[in-house]
Amino acid sequence: MTSRRHHPNAQLGSVVLALGAGFFLLLLLVVPALSVIHAAFADGAGGFTLGHFGAFFGLSLMRESFFNSLAVALLSVLFASLIAVPLAYLTARFAFRGALLIQTLGVLPLIMPPFVGAVAMQLIFGKNGSVNLLLSEHLGFTIPFMEGLGGVVFVESLHYFPFILLNLTAALANIDSAMEESAQNLGASGLSLFRRVVFPLALPGYVAGASLVFVKVFDDLGTPLVLNVTNMLAPQAYLRITSVGLEDPLGYVISVLMILFSVLAMWLASLALRGRDYATTQRGGAAAARRPLRWWQAMLAYGWVALVLLLTLSPHIGLALLSIAKVWSFSALPDAYTLEHYATMFGDGQGMIWNTLLYCGLAASIDVVLGTVIAWLILRSKLPMMKSLDFIATASLAIPGLVLAIGYLRTFRDVEVGGVALAGSWLLIMFAYSVRRLPYALRACVAALQQVHISLEEAALNLGATRARAMQRIVVPLMAGGILAGFVTSFITAAVELSATLLLTTSQGQAPMSYGIYLYMQSIAGRGPGAALGILALVVVALGTFFANRVVRSLQHVHRELP
Amino acid sequence: MPSFNVRFLRRFSAAAVALAALSPLPLAAQGTATVVTSFPKELTDAYKKAFEAKHPGTRVEILSKNTTAGIAFVRELSPGNRPDVFWASAPDAFEVLAKDGLLTKYDGANKAVPAKIGAYPINDPEGFFYGQALAGYGLMWNTRYLKANKLPDPKQWADLAKPVYFGHVATSSPSRSGTTHLTVETILQGEGWGKGWSQLLQIAGNSAAITERSFGVPDGVSSGQYGIGLVIDFFGLAAKNSGFPVEFVYPEVTAIVPANIGLVTGAKNSDAGKRFIAYTLSDEGQELLLSPKISRLPVLPAVYAKAAKNYPNPFSGSIRAKVNFDSNLSEERYYLVVSLFDQMITFRHKELQAATKAIHEAAARLAAKPHPQAAKLLAEARDLAFTPAVDETRAKDKGFLAVFRATKKTADVTKQLSALEERWSADAKRNYLRAAELANQAGQLAR
Repeated sequence: MTSRRHHPNAQLGSVVLALGAGFFLLLLLVVPALSVIHAAFADGAGGFTLGHFGAFFGLSLMRESFFNSLAVALLSVLFASLIAVPLAYLTARFAFRGALLIQTLGVLPLIMPPFVGAVAMQLIFGKNGSVNLLLSEHLGFTIPFMEGLGGVVFVESLHYFPFILLNLTAALANIDSAMEESAQNLGASGLSLFRRVVFPLALPGYVAGASLVFVKVFDDLGTPLVLNVTNMLAPQAYLRITSVGLEDPLGYVISVLMILFSVLAMWLASLALRGRDYATTQRGGAAAARRPLRWWQAMLAYGWVALVLLLTLSPHIGLALLSIAKVWSFSALPDAYTLEHYATMFGDGQGMIWNTLLYCGLAASIDVVLGTVIAWLILRSKLPMMKSLDFIATASLAIPGLVLAIGYLRTFRDVEVGGVALAGSWLLIMFAYSVRRLPYALRACVAALQQVHISLEEAALNLGATRARAMQRIVVPLMAGGILAGFVTSFITAAVELSATLLLTTSQGQAPMSYGIYLYMQSIAGRGPGAALGILALVVVALGTFFANRVVRSLQHVHRELP
Repeated sequence: MPSFNVRFLRRFSAAAVALAALSPLPLAAQGTATVVTSFPKELTDAYKKAFEAKHPGTRVEILSKNTTAGIAFVRELSPGNRPDVFWASAPDAFEVLAKDGLLTKYDGANKAVPAKIGAYPINDPEGFFYGQALAGYGLMWNTRYLKANKLPDPKQWADLAKPVYFGHVATSSPSRSGTTHLTVETILQGEGWGKGWSQLLQIAGNSAAITERSFGVPDGVSSGQYGIGLVIDFFGLAAKNSGFPVEFVYPEVTAIVPANIGLVTGAKNSDAGKRFIAYTLSDEGQELLLSPKISRLPVLPAVYAKAAKNYPNPFSGSIRAKVNFDSNLSEERYYLVVSLFDQMITFRHKELQAATKAIHEAAARLAAKPHPQAAKLLAEARDLAFTPAVDETRAKDKGFLAVFRATKKTADVTKQLSALEERWSADAKRNYLRAAELANQAGQLAR
C-alpha cells in the first residue's frame, strides 16, 4: 500500500481517466437518453411532474407485466445456468475433445438477431414447426415450446446462456491450479471439488454472466415481441413509445423504472461478491488442471453437450435450411432447394460485411478499453463515486435502442466534426453500438480484474515500474481472457443490433449486415436472401471470434514464456 | 505484445476518425433523390432501377425503415438534411407528418388519377400527399394448413368467428399497424359499432396470436404457422405469385384505400424528390405495380388494361367494396379504437381465448343436447365475452373522444387515460373469466 504514496501522479492519472470515462458516458449515453426520456417527467405545459408515475402504479396490467418480467428473467438465469455451468466446467477442467469448438459454437446463439432467431425457432419449434409436425404425424401430440411466458423463457435461456459460458470459462481459466491440486491432495474430487473449491473461486465470472443474463432478459424486447407476448415491461414500454403519432409519457415512465431496476439488480449482484477475495497470485495453467473422464462420465458429458448444441444450434439449422429453401410452408422440411438466394444476397452483401466489421470492431475496442479503465477505477483507485460509473454504463441495457437513437439524432443534429455533419455519419451508428454493448465488456473486465491479485501490481510498482507500465505489462495481460470475453460479446451482439441501426442509417452505403437482414426478411417473396445474409453474418462473426481467441491465446502464451 | 496492441488500436482509431472526416456526406450528392420507405425490397428495387434508367442524371437512394423509425428519422433531422420523399402504406403516418409541418404541398398530382375510390379521396384533400397505389383488405390462408386440419375455405370476416377456426386465425393489432387499423375500422363501419366489436372479439378469440408486426401475419400464413390471416391484399397476392401455397380473397365488407407518397419539407434535394414522385404516379411507374412479386393495385384506371386476366380491379367492380370508408370518423375515434383494442384484446388475449374456447365447447354440447337453462347461461357468457367496454353512444361523445386526442399530455390527462385503460383492462379480464365459468356451467348442465 505504501507504494501508492510514492506516486502522487497516480491519483492525478486516475482522476483524468475517471473524467474521460465520465465524459464519454455523459455525452453519448446520459444526455441523449435524457433528451428523450425526460417526457416521463414532463407536464404538458412544460413543467415537471411525477404524476405520470402515479398513473403507472394505478394500472394492474403494469404490475402484472412487472412480475411477469421478473419471473421470466429469474427462470432464464436458472435455465441458462443449467446449460452453461456444466459446459464451462467440462471444457475447462477435463480432457475433452473439441473444447475450443464447443466454446465457439456456444457463442453462436448470440449472433442471431432476436427477430431472425425467433423466426428460425418458429420454423423448428413453433406450433406448426418441424418438430411439432413430426410429433403430431407420428405420435399424435404436440408440445407448446413457443407459447406464452414459457416460450419466452425457453428462447431467452437458449439465447443468452453464452454470457454465463463466456465469463465463467474465462474465470475458470484464471483460477490458480494450485488451489485445485491442494484440494485434490486433501481428498476432494468430483462434485465436492467443484462445489467447495472451483465454483466459489470462479464466482465473479459466474455472477458477471448471470447478472447480465438477468438484466438482459428483464430488458429484452425482441423475443417477447416475436412470440407475441405483450404482458411484460419491455414490450409495454416499446408499444407505447412506438405508437404512431401518440406521445405517451407512460412508455418513458416504464423505461425509467426499468433502468432503476437494472441498476438495482447489478448493485445486488455486487453485494453478493462484497467482502470476499477472489484474487490469486498465480494463473491457472490449462494443462495442469485437465483431468481425464471415466467412460460413463464421458458418455454423460458428450450426451449433454450434444443435446445442448443441438438445441442451441436449431435456429441456425432452421436458418440454413431457409437460406437454401425454395418454398417452405407447413412441412417438416422445405419442398425444394436452391442456391439463388446466396447469389441475390452477394450482390449487396459485400459493403455490408465491411461495415459490420468496421463498426463492431471499433465499438468493441472502445468497450474493452473503457471497460478496463472503469473496472480499474472501481477496484483499484480510491476515488469516490466510481461505482456510479458502473451503474450508469449498466443503465444503457435498459434503454431501448430506438430511444437512444432518437436521442442521438436530437443531440447531435447540428454538430459537425471536420465539416461533416455527425447526424449523417456512420460514427453515430458505431457509438450507439459501443454504448449499448459497453455493459457486456464492462462486466467481463470487472470479473477479470477481481481475480488479479493487487500484490502483483504492487510488486511491479515497488520494482520501479510506472503505474501505466504496470497496467500495460502486468494487469492487462493477466486480464486478457476476460477482456477477450468482453470484446467477443460486445462485437457479436453489436453485429446483430437492429433498432438503433434502422434509425441511424442515413445511406445504403453505410448499412451494416443487420440492416440488410431486416430488409430481406421483410420480403413477401420469401425470406431466403435474408436467411442467406444471416448465415453469412454467422460465418463472419464466428470467424472473427475464433481468430480473436487465437490471438489472445498466443499473446498469453508469449507472456507466460517471458522470464 | 500488449503494447503493440495498444499502439495498433490507437493508430487504427486515429485512422478511422480521419476516414470519417474524409468520407463525403452521403446525402449531399448532387442529383440524388432520397426516399424513406417501409415497402419491401422487391418494390423499391424495381422503382429505383426503372427511375434511374429513365433519368440518367438522378440517383435514387432508398432508406428502408419501419414506419415508426421513418417518422422519427424525418422529425429529428434538421431542415436541409432531411430525406426528400416519404413513401409508405399507413395513412396515419402521413397525417402525423403533415400535422408537424414536415410535408410540402405542391402541384404534383397526376391529373389522370380519379378524385375518389368509392367515397375515399385518393389524394390528400389538402394536397400534402398523393395516393400512389390502392390497397384492399382481405383473408389470406395457407391451403396445406387448411387441408391438413380439414378446414373449409373462409369467405367473409364473419366466417372467422365460427368454432371450426378456433386457434387457426392470426391478426395484428391496430396500434401496431396502420393497415390493421383500417381493417378494424372497416369492420366497425361496415357492421356498426356494437356488432363490429362483437365480431372482432370473436375473431380475436379464435386467433392463435395477435402479432406485433403487421408483416408477422402474412409471414406466418406463408410459412404455415397460422392457417388464416387478416392481411392487406398485396401481401396475399405477392406470396401466392412467389409460389407459396396460399390463397387470398376480398370479403364483402372491405374498403379500398390508398397507400401514399409525399414530399418532405426541408429536404436536401426537393427537385429530385419531385421527379421521383412524378415517376411513381406516371403510366410507367404505375405499371410496375402489376409485376407478380409486387402485385399492388394502381391508382390509374387505364393501367389495368395491361394487367393479367384475373387481376383484381377496384375501378371495374371486380372487388365489391361494400363499405364507403369514412376517413373523418376513422380519424376522430382513432385513439379510442386503438386503445380499446389493445386493452380488451391484445393484452388480455389469453383470457379471451380461454373464454372463447369454453363457449365453443358448451355450444357444441348444447347443439347435441338442448337444455334451456344452459342456453341462458351460454347467452350470458357470450354477452360478457363479446361486448365492447365502450358503447356506441359513448363512442360518439365528442367530449369523451377529446380526452384521447389531447396532444399535451399533462399529468391529469395521463391519469384520466390510465384510469380508463385500467377499467377496460380489469373489466375485460373479469368478464372473460366469468364468461368461461358460465360457459363451463352450461356445458356441465348439457352433459
